[in-house]
Amino acid sequence: MHNVGIILRRELASYFATPLAYIFILIFLVLANAFTFYLGGFYERGQADLDPFFTFHPWLYLFLIPAVSMKLWAEERKSGSIELLMTQPVTLLEAVLGKFFAAWIFTALALALTFPLWITVNYLGRPDNGAILAAYLGSLMLAGGFLAIGSCMSALTRNPVVAFILGVVASFAFLLAGFPLVLDAFRAWAPQPLLDAIASLSLLTHFESIQKGVIDLRDLLYFAMLIAFFLYATVVALDLRKAD
Amino acid sequence: MIKTEHLTKKYESLTAVDDVTFQVGPGEVLGFLGPNGAGKTTTMRMLAGFVTPTSGRASICGHDVETAPLLAKASLGYLPEGAPSYGEMTVRGFLAFIADLRALSGERRAARLRHVIEHLELGPVLNQTIETLSKGFRRRVGLAQAIIHDPPVLILDEPTDGLDPNQKHEVRTLINDMARDKIIVISTHILEEVDAVCTRAAIIARGRIVADDTPAGLAARSRYHNAVSMQFAAPASLAAARGAVAALPVVAAVEVSERDARLTALPRAGANILPAVAELAARQGLKLQELHLESGRLDEVFRTITA
Repeated sequence: MHNVGIILRRELASYFATPLAYIFILIFLVLANAFTFYLGGFYERGQADLDPFFTFHPWLYLFLIPAVSMKLWAEERKSGSIELLMTQPVTLLEAVLGKFFAAWIFTALALALTFPLWITVNYLGRPDNGAILAAYLGSLMLAGGFLAIGSCMSALTRNPVVAFILGVVASFAFLLAGFPLVLDAFRAWAPQPLLDAIASLSLLTHFESIQKGVIDLRDLLYFAMLIAFFLYATVVALDLRKAD
Repeated sequence: MIKTEHLTKKYESLTAVDDVTFQVGPGEVLGFLGPNGAGKTTTMRMLAGFVTPTSGRASICGHDVETAPLLAKASLGYLPEGAPSYGEMTVRGFLAFIADLRALSGERRAARLRHVIEHLELGPVLNQTIETLSKGFRRRVGLAQAIIHDPPVLILDEPTDGLDPNQKHEVRTLINDMARDKIIVISTHILEEVDAVCTRAAIIARGRIVADDTPAGLAARSRYHNAVSMQFAAPASLAAARGAVAALPVVAAVEVSERDARLTALPRAGANILPAVAELAARQGLKLQELHLESGRLDEVFRTITA
């Protein structure tokens, strides 16, 4: 597992070797703040909390996270560097974990840079800082879930644009698994227990319960399992298709 | 030791590598020759653990590439075709990354880094990003990456492709220097390279090894083996000599190239025709600029076998 750290450091450095990282962070911060103030009505609500900020995270991530994850594997395959990496004494799992954690740390950094909003709300009133911390944790787990899904989609193709589109669609399906938009596709033929199972996979439902300030072990477990499942799927996909 | 037994790779409708069995021992430099798409790269990728064989086995220094992939990879230095790497990294950063993955540390890490930077003359470009390098430098970075951990086995897929003649010479010198105590497999479609570096050559066509011999042994299969080639001072004297050479009993056929006034006499099987041809030239007073015995033409053998 020593190799995970080596790959993680290389990946993280490569984000900042191009303007991509700075553009991503800038767009994330601008949009997150714009949504909070214009769509969320941060001032108009007259409440000292960050609800209007966190409510839009799932929708922001839906498009921004696949933009980060699309290059994870598709680009390695496109440039051929995957052949170099996979012929070093490194296991697939180590490589998948190293890249995933690098992407996750990168998004965590972007998320952490929203701290002025937290300062603002503390200046304006007396918010429940515990609830805000919980919501930050929820947002981080949500980003991890989307990244794991995106990592798997990126492993399926050598074209980063295709990886982006697959990532958005798959993330969208998981985000709204508990809502009619997704459930109606199954309702006609699937038995009720399966419908319940699909509904319980909804990222949005689990995110909203943490965002309310309640850290339920089941919600955390859900995110951990979602991430583990999609990282494992990434390993399987790469093992089958790495040389294609 | 590299060992393969009935190594086979099938894609849906295509058999890329078909029942390949060979061994390479220490001190040997095996050259894979073959037309594009013959299966050279797929074979090397299976040895390097990047492509999983459909059937058959391969091992590096006794470590099976499928059941003990990490040990096999640790014994191996591999240059993939086209020398892919991370374009946004600097040469220094890239080599440090590979040194870490190869678990080099401390004084040895520093010494190995110095060694490859010096031998591949990467000093001037250490702080440049790889995407800004010329093709030759990129190839050398790829080679540096392959030898940084001083592996007992080296597999190099087209190590001199895209290099200029000076760089080709340097890389061949490097391979020759390492050949004494390593097992090396290179692929190439440059036939002169086989003579320059290989102790053994395997010709691959349509996924199969169709010939496996020393470069001299392969050349001996040529119909030009032991042929005598003459270059005349004037085209007119060539025309006069042609009939007389062809009439010699040991000569099977003559070939004439008008452009450079050259006549090549092919021997009957096993015959040594040089004395007879030389005597004829002396007797008739032929004005020759050059007379030599051919050892055989690899390109002709290559075409005959792979066509």
